[in-house]
Amino acid sequence: MSHKVIIPIGPYHPLQEEPELFRLYVEGEKVVDIDIVIGYMHRGIEELSEHKHFDQVAFLVERICGICSSSHPYAFVLAVEDILGGEVNVVPERALYIRTIIDELQRVHSHLLWLGLAGHFIGYNTVWMWAWKYREPVLDCFEMICGNRNHYGMSKIGGVRRDIRDEDIPVLKKALDDLTPAVDMFKGAVMDDPVIQARLKGIGVLTKQQAIDWAVVGPTARASGVNIDVRRDDPYGAYDRVNWNVIVEKDGDVFAKTTVRILELYESVNIIRQCLNKMPKGEIDANIKDVPPGEGIGRVEAPRGECFHYVRSDGTNRPIRHKIRAPSFMNVASNKVAAVGGTISDAAITLAAVDPCYCCTERLIVLDKRTDKKMMNGWDLIKLSQEKTEKLRKGTI
Amino acid sequence: MSIADEIKEKLKEKIVDWYQHSSRRIYFSVKPKDIKEVARFLFRELGLRFAIATGQDTPQGLEILYHFSFDKTGEIISARVLIEDKKNPEIDSLATMFPAAEWIEREMWELLGINFRGHPNLKRLLLAEEWPEGKYPLRHEHESR
Amino acid sequence: MNLKLRALTKSIWVFHAACSPCNNCDIEILDLITPRYDVERFGIVLVGSVRHADVLLVTGVPNYKTKERLKKLYSQAPQPCLVVAVGNCACARVMFKDSYNSPCAVDEVVPVSVYIPGCPPKPEAMIAGVVKLIQKVRGKK
Repeated sequence: MSHKVIIPIGPYHPLQEEPELFRLYVEGEKVVDIDIVIGYMHRGIEELSEHKHFDQVAFLVERICGICSSSHPYAFVLAVEDILGGEVNVVPERALYIRTIIDELQRVHSHLLWLGLAGHFIGYNTVWMWAWKYREPVLDCFEMICGNRNHYGMSKIGGVRRDIRDEDIPVLKKALDDLTPAVDMFKGAVMDDPVIQARLKGIGVLTKQQAIDWAVVGPTARASGVNIDVRRDDPYGAYDRVNWNVIVEKDGDVFAKTTVRILELYESVNIIRQCLNKMPKGEIDANIKDVPPGEGIGRVEAPRGECFHYVRSDGTNRPIRHKIRAPSFMNVASNKVAAVGGTISDAAITLAAVDPCYCCTERLIVLDKRTDKKMMNGWDLIKLSQEKTEKLRKGTI
Repeated sequence: MSIADEIKEKLKEKIVDWYQHSSRRIYFSVKPKDIKEVARFLFRELGLRFAIATGQDTPQGLEILYHFSFDKTGEIISARVLIEDKKNPEIDSLATMFPAAEWIEREMWELLGINFRGHPNLKRLLLAEEWPEGKYPLRHEHESR
Repeated sequence: MNLKLRALTKSIWVFHAACSPCNNCDIEILDLITPRYDVERFGIVLVGSVRHADVLLVTGVPNYKTKERLKKLYSQAPQPCLVVAVGNCACARVMFKDSYNSPCAVDEVVPVSVYIPGCPPKPEAMIAGVVKLIQKVRGKK
């Protein structure tokens, strides 16, 4: 049997020889229990928020996660605008469209990123390279509009910081036109491939009732038949001014989660096109100077699910309480039921399927249930996952 | 009947306070001893989704806001409880009712010091083991500078 | 500098150690091996075990849980091992320096040879940083 070479990628490696994030207890090949230990990313941002003024907090929360970089500041800004009377009453119309465009471009880049990583986990490294290659033009668009490929700095209480110039619009439209055939290719390569179907169907199933009990959000919930999407249920930005569909699947397995994300790419491209056509001219900032006392809740549909922010103000220029709930907080916990009962070769892809803010799937450890002895680490798990795909392809299982 | 009316009708005298901030944001207060019954009603009978819970340190005591989302209309209904005893704050755990509350109760326990009675797995979630006992980062007497 | 290190500059093996990052720097590091930047053509390889590493790329700001691990990791790397701090957080903690969970900066835990600032630093900036490292090791100005 040829020895498969894994391309070792950054955070997928344990920071030390005994990592602790996901402790998978196994009996033989089967995962019987899982203990999830987080806290490696904990930087005390909620407490820091109380010591920064409102403008600074938007920059601070951007750094909660690098991938959903526009979701957190957007949710924070919506929470403060909730105190002020609601986004639609405070923010000028053009800013609503710009916010939506940035949010959807972020969804495109995030889903392509996840597609690449999932491809790597199951041994399709070409999918990884191509997905990330097609992600680059999206990052170029961000650089053109915001000045930075990743942390955009666009959200501001009362509007956005930068405008989309008229000469940028044809460039954006061309990038979208180039993206559509690429997504078609991924759809064909991933969803129609019989080996991938055999590999991912029935794996890591989260039933609808489990999805409700664990209150999961985002594509993880929609893949299990729970029809929720903040963009439709509690509209913000320009989502109620354009036409688009919510993608829901019912099987709850990893294949369903992949399908939801790929089909959402088409919807995102559709939304951005409509926004670029409908965006009116006008102001982009309402120039808010003061935040009155009160409480506000803002939420957005990040690529991973509902991103929830609660802000309480006492009339000074700082929040006195800022609660941040990233979507992965709810989704990662559900692995307790999704990964248990599966085999260790499926563990890596099951844990990655909820699209945790990806720093989480590093630091895996597998322990034997009876002896509590460590058997393998995250790198080994990815290797096992890739080997299973190879066996499926050769027809040996 | 709207969700707000259903809650008011069923919970009646349990509701201490009611505030409708906007068309999709409702806040109401209940006593800490009633929270399990209220949460059971909101989650099981009305079918609301548990979004998250916010714990905060206020001069009157430790306040917890349980945020529930009614996805059909986009309303967020937040149930507020105030625990006045700051030395030994305690409240019933909701984690036995729905596992979605497990992690956030652990977080509130370690960052604010609130004990959740009946929680199946009350141990540290975010802070390191070396973090000293009795030091709660989100309480205002904690000085981080 | 060390003869061994100078020989290694022809093909640097890099281990990526993430402390408590927001992941942006990590993704930009991964971007380096994707087709647009493709640093593997320079002989730079990302390795899976710290025992094979010549250079340690550190991202993120150390918190109480990751500080000890970073120290241990550095001690496990075969010397000489150079440390590169990637991103503003690893260079100087920046907005997290007042956090209750951030005891120190990276350079108080391990000695840092090259700082690549940026939030996140563009892949071009990272490549420039690695070039500076190579030049420093070879003794050029």
